[in-house]
Amino acid sequence: MTGAGVPDPTAPLTPSGNLRRRQIVSRLAETGATLAALLAVAVLVIVTYTVLVRGANALSLEFLVKGEPAGIGPAIVGTALVVALATVIAMPLGILIALYLTEFAGNRLAGSVRLTMDLMNGLPSIIVGLFIFGLLVYHHQDSVYAGSIALAIIMLPLIARGSQENLLLVPGSLREAADALGVSRWRTVLTVILPSALGGIVTATMLAVARAAGETAPLLILDSIVNNAKYSFNITEAAPNIPMTIYQLSEEANPEGFTRAWGAGFVLLAFIVLASLGARVLLARNRRKMAS
Amino acid sequence: MDRFGDRVLYGVCAFAALLGVTVLLLLGYQVFHGAAPAISKFGLGFLYKTSWQPNFHIFGAGSLLFGTAVTSFMALLLGAPIAVAIALFLSLLAPAGVRGMISPLVEMLAAIPSVILGFWGILILAPFVHEHLEPFLHETLGFIPLFGPPETTGASVFTAGLILTIMVIPIIASISRDLFLTVPREIQDAASALGATRWEVVRGVVLPSTASGVVAAMLLGLGRALGEAIAVTQVLGAGSEIHTSLFRTGDTLAARIAEQFTESLASPLYLGSLFYLGAILLVIGLIFNLGARWIGRRFDYQRKVA
Repeated sequence: MTGAGVPDPTAPLTPSGNLRRRQIVSRLAETGATLAALLAVAVLVIVTYTVLVRGANALSLEFLVKGEPAGIGPAIVGTALVVALATVIAMPLGILIALYLTEFAGNRLAGSVRLTMDLMNGLPSIIVGLFIFGLLVYHHQDSVYAGSIALAIIMLPLIARGSQENLLLVPGSLREAADALGVSRWRTVLTVILPSALGGIVTATMLAVARAAGETAPLLILDSIVNNAKYSFNITEAAPNIPMTIYQLSEEANPEGFTRAWGAGFVLLAFIVLASLGARVLLARNRRKMAS
Repeated sequence: MDRFGDRVLYGVCAFAALLGVTVLLLLGYQVFHGAAPAISKFGLGFLYKTSWQPNFHIFGAGSLLFGTAVTSFMALLLGAPIAVAIALFLSLLAPAGVRGMISPLVEMLAAIPSVILGFWGILILAPFVHEHLEPFLHETLGFIPLFGPPETTGASVFTAGLILTIMVIPIIASISRDLFLTVPREIQDAASALGATRWEVVRGVVLPSTASGVVAAMLLGLGRALGEAIAVTQVLGAGSEIHTSLFRTGDTLAARIAEQFTESLASPLYLGSLFYLGAILLVIGLIFNLGARWIGRRFDYQRKVA
């Protein structure tokens, strides 16, 4: 005679009761997390797909070379100009700040410089635009260089932080070897430390360029009073640029303009994706080199 | 020569660092300086007055503060759970190969320029939301004042909130993923050995030990949502009233600056009022960023003790 409390030893080993409930909850949570990740990827795919398909309709050689209303040539040149100038300003400063943080600063000072960079990174870009407007443009005129300085402020914390991370990755043995040879500090920095961190610094800069290329708010304030039909290479005047072109076309309810805006979005997004991918490839290669 | 070189390098680096700090201080000064005409005219009443009539020189940020709060919190409310779920998937569930593929894609979502996202928002998302999502929500949940009858145009606070959600997700997800990866494997294994299911490991070990860091990530995401000007301008119909319904138009601090900047150049008071909006945004952003740092620091401290 078997008691009621003794389980049947021949029954299959499946969880029941409370354990079964807990396993179902866990399974549901896992499914939810997977679906969330798929949702994010789906949104990315939908947005890029729309831009690529609709933008491809607008693309042609004429579109890339001519000015409004046929194309966005001047805007491409203007964006290249404003971003290049911003990079020229932000890259050296960012590297120097990173060097200051890793090589020279005591704990206290490094803390406040790092805080500055974090706060700068969190600034809404439209406020950077207002700042440069008050500083350089008010009572004067819109210009490429004002836009570049604003973009440089947006790029600076990204480059400084990325460079700092990569400077810290430089193996201590390299530095010690240089010290053992009696090499002075500045020579060590310039000939040993910077060259071995260069790949990472370039990666950080490329990511910052990708970010700056799409910034619209500062340019709306600093570099927007332009003639979209004409090429402009003068950095003391405003020049057309891609983000403002898309913004302006999106505010007008004009189907032809929308097609042009999709085309401009295609060009901008393609550039940003390529720059990000390039940075990623470079980073992976660099990590391998550092590891070996 | 060597000593001189050392000095020069130090000097140049210190100068760059000092320049960075100066720029930030100068920025604060310039924004408040630009706002001076409006601050002296309206004082703190600017913060709660809701009337915005440039032609009559009457300005108030009340409805904009309301719009900013509603859109940002909506983005956080929708985005944070999704982002944390993504981070859990990437750090704990996904096999290495899948993680290596999806992580960059999630980060790529953050790289889409806001002007493109906003443009997509007007032409693709807004019509969909207006024709399908809003009527559906109104019919099923219409008894809640939030889901009022949809307006005739597609522009609504709701669409803006959705666009901001898309922007906030990659920020919170990538920070949280890095946090979850720092949770020591042994503690998780110990919980599993005690019979905890995967979800119980997450709820009992992973989330509690990273909670403050995740909150910090949410604050950073919120800071991003608050300051987004362009995409919000594009999808939000620049309304100036306070509504309970999400399906009507509204406006945010940052978007108002972007919309009306060119017109405001004619009048110093108008321009000053936009700078005043910028100053409010700056202060709110600063509070959130410092808050995130403070909470994040507490997280570091706990980790060191453990």
